Amino acid sequence: MTDLTQTPAAIPTPTPAPRKGSLMVADKATIRRNRAEARFKAYGIGAICIALIALVFLLFTVIRDGAGAFQQTYVSIPVTLSADVVDPKGNRDPAEMAKVLTMSYGKLMDAALTDWMAANAVQIEGLSQADIKGFFSGQASAELRNMVLADPALVGQQVDATVLASSRVDGMFKGRVTDESAARDAKTSSQQIALARAMEEKGALVTRFNSDFITNPDASDNRPEAAGIGVAMLGSLYMMLIVLVLALPIGVAASIYLEEFAPKNRWTDLIEVNISNLAAVPSIVFGILGLAAFINFMGLPRSAPIVGGLVLTLMTLPTIIISTRAALKAVPPSIRDAALGVGASRMQTVFHHVLPLAMPGILTGTIIGLAQALGETAPLLLIGMVAFVSTYPSAPPEGLMDPASALPVQVYNWATRADPAFFERSSGAIIVLLIFLLCMNLLAIFLRRKFERRW
Amino acid sequence: MPIFWTVLIVLALGALGFVLGQRRALASAGDDHRKLHSRPIYYGWHVALVTAVPALLALICWLLIDNESALRLAPATLVIAVAGMGFALAHISRAFRARNAVEQVIRGLLILSSTIAILTTIGIVLSLVFESISFFRLYPWQSFFFGLEWTPAFQGNSSLGVLPLLWGTLYISLIALLVAVPIGLFAAIYMSEYAAPRIRGLVKPAIEILAGIPTIVYGLFALVTVGPLLRDWIAQPTGLGEGASSVMTAGLVMGIMLIPFVSSLSDDIINAVPQSLRDGSLGLGSTHSETITKVVLPAALPGIVGAILLAASRAIGETMIVVLGAGAMAQISGNPFEAMTTITTRIVSQLTGDNDFASPETLVAFALGLTLFVLTLGLNVLALYIVRKYREQYE
Repeated sequence: MTDLTQTPAAIPTPTPAPRKGSLMVADKATIRRNRAEARFKAYGIGAICIALIALVFLLFTVIRDGAGAFQQTYVSIPVTLSADVVDPKGNRDPAEMAKVLTMSYGKLMDAALTDWMAANAVQIEGLSQADIKGFFSGQASAELRNMVLADPALVGQQVDATVLASSRVDGMFKGRVTDESAARDAKTSSQQIALARAMEEKGALVTRFNSDFITNPDASDNRPEAAGIGVAMLGSLYMMLIVLVLALPIGVAASIYLEEFAPKNRWTDLIEVNISNLAAVPSIVFGILGLAAFINFMGLPRSAPIVGGLVLTLMTLPTIIISTRAALKAVPPSIRDAALGVGASRMQTVFHHVLPLAMPGILTGTIIGLAQALGETAPLLLIGMVAFVSTYPSAPPEGLMDPASALPVQVYNWATRADPAFFERSSGAIIVLLIFLLCMNLLAIFLRRKFERRW
Repeated sequence: MPIFWTVLIVLALGALGFVLGQRRALASAGDDHRKLHSRPIYYGWHVALVTAVPALLALICWLLIDNESALRLAPATLVIAVAGMGFALAHISRAFRARNAVEQVIRGLLILSSTIAILTTIGIVLSLVFESISFFRLYPWQSFFFGLEWTPAFQGNSSLGVLPLLWGTLYISLIALLVAVPIGLFAAIYMSEYAAPRIRGLVKPAIEILAGIPTIVYGLFALVTVGPLLRDWIAQPTGLGEGASSVMTAGLVMGIMLIPFVSSLSDDIINAVPQSLRDGSLGLGSTHSETITKVVLPAALPGIVGAILLAASRAIGETMIVVLGAGAMAQISGNPFEAMTTITTRIVSQLTGDNDFASPETLVAFALGLTLFVLTLGLNVLALYIVRKYREQYE
């Protein structure tokens, strides 16, 4: 630029068409082109905004719908465990008492609620016996029964029982059940709502953190208030362990061979093309493979974490292999040359020098592969993980053969049930799932930041 | 569980062999490890590997037959392990090349691991093809590939035509691509050509969060939020549809899912276009947007087409969003606010619950799986071919 200003005469002056007006005033073509430029840029910003709004909206709805699953309403009233109901023989023998059905305890609860209403002078017009019975969760009488069987000394006494309210009462406090919806719903009535309001005022209804949601197994269709993700989390944990134990060593071994030892020939090409194609095979096809190969052919049990783990292993292998190869490739050849130069064998070079240097990259890729596997649903549906499982699998290794569920499958399972109370559970399970995924990804980012080396 | 114990005992024998091998090697050299061919640890590894590997391979073979024979043959497994240890220990001498032997075994294990990818593909193809063949024995292939009706009935006599499912699959994928491609592409262009590094550093990871969210979450989003929203605001006022599950619901949500996929692939491809092309175009006086539309995008076009094909293959194989968002009506219709069904949805519904692997209603799922596999594999191979060809141009 300085040259230009100093010797203007040296440059031959071009002779453009005479231009009307000043350069400072844009002509029509320039205005048009500038507008096109601004429009183009706006499209880009718009696209990014749409993507971000979609993300925020998605997360917002999940959290809005799911937050309720972590709160639960409990009825807290005194219950008289009259001896002639729970212990008809009168000998306080738990074996004898176990013969008393859960239903009898339900009647005790109903009576307790009626007594409570009398004691607190709560009167609700048109409150029927069915309304009182429907006030409690089906789980409540079972809980009371277990409490008595565990401690027979309670028989004949009055205890302060805190038991689950039914999902409709619970829904009332979460805004899911209103007077209008209660009028349309056969399972609830406006009298129940009035009773719930009165009880809340007197402190007989408490809403607190729902730790049962984290630890309970799944519950049947008509008691959503008792359903939890305990079995699903354990099943997912088992599967992740299997994936980690199988996919990490196999994936690393395969990558080492392909990256460091494989000769350039057709067989190697075939393996490489295979791996990149496997990475793009729809996950449901892996489910079909699991069903045909592991369950029908090898005779492994359905719904078992071992089958799920094997299927997810095959699915995550390509991801792990691809990222491990990238990590191995990033180790500079000078490291290998130096090791070979001082007399190490090729195997020693790889295992003593290249692999440790590539480890952070390998671990990052493995964690991301595990996170993918943790969120995968479709293949697990085909191998029967969607079955209703209400008992915990035992400890590994036997537990790997026991039926279990998985977190994403539990989400699907609840999403397909009729009762809207299950939607809340479903979103709650998603929140737990997303928290796990977030932690895994943060760990991956941390490992990458902390240990990654640039040569 | 005795099998588990067998494995543990074999591993313990291996560990014992490791110790004994080192001791014996050192003893053979008169406790002077310089006289050994390899470092003592390799003698240990040699014995451990010869002890454990054949025994475990035998155990796997027996497990493949069935559980009972693995139990019955557990003592035989242990005998193999002990025999292996004895054989290896007898072999140890000062001149024995333990390192070479161990490295040979490790190399074999590495090769074995790398063939698992091929075994998986073979497994997929075999399981799909064999069950599909038994399906086509029970059901004529003409009616499957050209049938316009999908009405499975478990008492038999069902029509199992794939065309309505294929139509639903392609329609939903088309809508998903119509959403994802413009948004993903413009986002990628903005991020690679306009955005300041700081904004790029914030926005790129945020969009990639969308890729990390499991598809079941999108499925529930479609079912609980997007479906009712579309029904109440568009479908019912215009009288186009009554249900919350529709092609539009599934397509829209799937489009959102594919945005990061398209944008990150396009981003890589746009960044691979040499800077000299941009400089030349800008130097001739074109604006930034003219440079992008007239120079950068044409240069990146093959790569972008490849990315779109990969996204299409993703959309066709996607399961959870359509299972929860698209409905279950098998029909061929042009109205995007009607419920339709897809190949993946039908695979799930035919294979969950109690299966009778002799009825065409269950086996059809394998034929559907084969169709899906061939479809997505074809798209992937085409996309990879295009992308690879494009890469060669600039390297």
